[in-house]
Amino acid sequence: MGALVTVSGLNVVAQGRDGEQPIVRDLSFGIAAGEVLALIGESGSGKTTTALALMGHARTGCRIAGGSIRIGDTDVLALDAAQQRALRGRTVAYIAQSAAASFNPSRTIMDQVVEPARIHKLMPRAEAEAKAVALFRELALPDPAHIGARYPHQVSGGQLQRLMAAMALISDPELVILDEPTTALDVTTQIEVLRAFRRVVRERRTTAVYVSHDLAVVAQMADHILVLRDGAMRELGRTGQIIQAPRNDYTQSLLAAAQPRQRDAGPARGTTDERPLLQVSGLGCGYGAAKPILQDIDLTLHRGQAIGVIGESGSGKTTLARAIAGLIAPSSGHIVFDGRELGPALNRRSKEDLRRIQIVFQMADTALNPSHTIERILARPLQFYRGLRGEALRARIAQLLDLVQLPATLAQRLPGGLSGGQKQRVNLARALAAEPDLILCDEVTSALDTVVGAAVLDLMAQLRRELGVSYLFISHDLHTVRSVCDEIVVMQHGRKLAQVARADFERGPHHPYYELLARSVPELRCGWLDDVADVRDVPALAPSVPVLSTP
Amino acid sequence: MNDATLPVPAPARSRRARIGPLAWASAAVLLFWLVAALVGPSLLSDSGGSMGEAAVFAPMSAAHWFGTDFLGRDVFARVVQGTRYTVGVALTATLLASGMGTLLALLAAASGRWIDALLSRAVDTLTSVPGKMFALIMVAAFGSAMPTLVATAALIYLPGAYRIARSLAVNIDAMDYVTVARTRGEGRLYIMLHEILPNIVGPMAADLGLRFVYVVLLLASLSFLGLGVQPPAADWGSLVRENIGALPLGSAAIVMPALAIASLTIAVNLLIDNLPGRSARGER
Repeated sequence: MGALVTVSGLNVVAQGRDGEQPIVRDLSFGIAAGEVLALIGESGSGKTTTALALMGHARTGCRIAGGSIRIGDTDVLALDAAQQRALRGRTVAYIAQSAAASFNPSRTIMDQVVEPARIHKLMPRAEAEAKAVALFRELALPDPAHIGARYPHQVSGGQLQRLMAAMALISDPELVILDEPTTALDVTTQIEVLRAFRRVVRERRTTAVYVSHDLAVVAQMADHILVLRDGAMRELGRTGQIIQAPRNDYTQSLLAAAQPRQRDAGPARGTTDERPLLQVSGLGCGYGAAKPILQDIDLTLHRGQAIGVIGESGSGKTTLARAIAGLIAPSSGHIVFDGRELGPALNRRSKEDLRRIQIVFQMADTALNPSHTIERILARPLQFYRGLRGEALRARIAQLLDLVQLPATLAQRLPGGLSGGQKQRVNLARALAAEPDLILCDEVTSALDTVVGAAVLDLMAQLRRELGVSYLFISHDLHTVRSVCDEIVVMQHGRKLAQVARADFERGPHHPYYELLARSVPELRCGWLDDVADVRDVPALAPSVPVLSTP
Repeated sequence: MNDATLPVPAPARSRRARIGPLAWASAAVLLFWLVAALVGPSLLSDSGGSMGEAAVFAPMSAAHWFGTDFLGRDVFARVVQGTRYTVGVALTATLLASGMGTLLALLAAASGRWIDALLSRAVDTLTSVPGKMFALIMVAAFGSAMPTLVATAALIYLPGAYRIARSLAVNIDAMDYVTVARTRGEGRLYIMLHEILPNIVGPMAADLGLRFVYVVLLLASLSFLGLGVQPPAADWGSLVRENIGALPLGSAAIVMPALAIASLTIAVNLLIDNLPGRSARGER
């Protein structure tokens, strides 16, 4: 049974270079017992900081500067360190974003799931294990009686996330904090996990705080939504009201960014008879013959076209991009670019071939060298391919920054001083510096917030319109792919299952796996999770399922 | 909404960031010893060779600033003369070991499997030879001239530097920006020196500081075995060793050379830890 939670005047400050800066400002809200409150906002909005403050915890360098937090009868901020330790894991439980990073890989799952009960001396081990098994069953985990004997690497990501929920719930906490618990999961897995979470939270009448940046997910889980920006509350209301009739303009912009939207990229191309820009035929890749990652991939991309490649993690979509880029030598098949066959490896391709295909990676953090300035990062391809120097080089860098809508003052900064969206723009600008014909985009918006990601997608559509560059757009998010691409290639288990043209996006029937993916994307309305057919109803898809829909 | 119009984070500290007082102080100590190594001996009135009339292990006095050693020689003069060996041999050997180790490691990380395996196994072979034994062979074959000592110490400490640098470089090599440079068609040298090196130079500098201490100790133990700097010349490590009998007396003859070693090694490590690049990385 959950407790009433009241937060009033919460202030959290971070120690910056120029004194303390507020990261949560004067936040007040309440959660009725047994209700779910969602904290929503972009990264840096203070939503995780607020969630951690509910446990009386502040991250290193931060400090809870004022306010009061009451969970039931307990004043959290008045407790000393020992009392707070007793509170955490017992009265308040926390479910983190990455279960994989939260489990100890060298101990069995059961050992770790019963740990909160053991630490707080709530019940004998045997009783705790029995309770854990009951929780596994409630969370719809396979083989609940024996899954606890496994090690974390022996279960899937979605299962691990549910096991972490079991760990949190074993002590019957009065408040559960879920911090982006499904963000790292595939859409089809996400549905199962969301369902399991919602069922246990509802049945136990636990008070819960759900932290997320995804409005569509939150709409399924929460009774109330609190919209945060820069540490201050923008709007607090019932879920239905926030989704349907947001009052605050920031909430409205969040909703607008979350809406699927077709981005105009000029006339749909790809129907012309001209020579295709990229033709992949019978492509296969693998670690030796025994472990194929890609099998028999055919793909045709025309100049100015954008093709989306979609599939779950492990479907081989990134391998496809790497093979086209020359990073992985294919074991069979051909890659023909603009009428000429490309060499299988980087050292077999000419500088000109390399220039014409550029790759943009998902994590802008690891894609930009942290010890080079933005200017140097952008200058290198210009010097390397075109030999630009001096004034011409500087002018072109300024032009590129302008093209990706970044201020020229950024040029002297290191990547560490840029936000995630800005880094991804620099990443894009570096690819554009080579003046490529084809850009391979590997999950370019997956690591970005909805609003920032939408802005990057807008930019990419605009660049395609203005420069006529082609994209091979890899993503696990069907919304993203549909909004920028002319055609969608669906991949599973290293095979191409279907190819769907833009005109047919809404028209069926499609390949059942495409349908499953399309249905699994959370929709921005209450009750979607109840409507969507149980994903496990769909028969397991063997790679031999015939392709139903090809353009 | 356009994130480019959002307020950007406060500009990171300028690249030529200010150098802290600690770094200046340690740089001054280092400079002092470098100058002492270059011009110190020529400024001495007493060459430190005379055993004169002074008592053995005499305390500090106006005539003998650091007292006298076990043969009644002036310790101050011995320390100043030893600077040349310690700073010269140890610092050169350390720089060589770390520099070569890092370069080979970069080559191994940026090259294919074969070169990596070949280099790594070759370095492993070097590791498997006991350091002192190796030094014995080197000195027996080439004598104990300064260049031989430098080469010996450098070779003994190269494998450690190589191992650390390689493990760092392999991680950097897996980063997307290195992959991007590869797909751009960059050569191996560019990837080694421009993409990987700047990102491992911080930890390697810290390793260099530690390695320097080891080399000083190695030289001292070599001298003890009669393989290092030959008497009557002595590096600081040998000074500590030959005056070890004065330890119960708390004589300056042993304290002062030990303090000299401490000041040099601490200065090297403090300077490295307070270089602007490193503190900037820590704050990010």
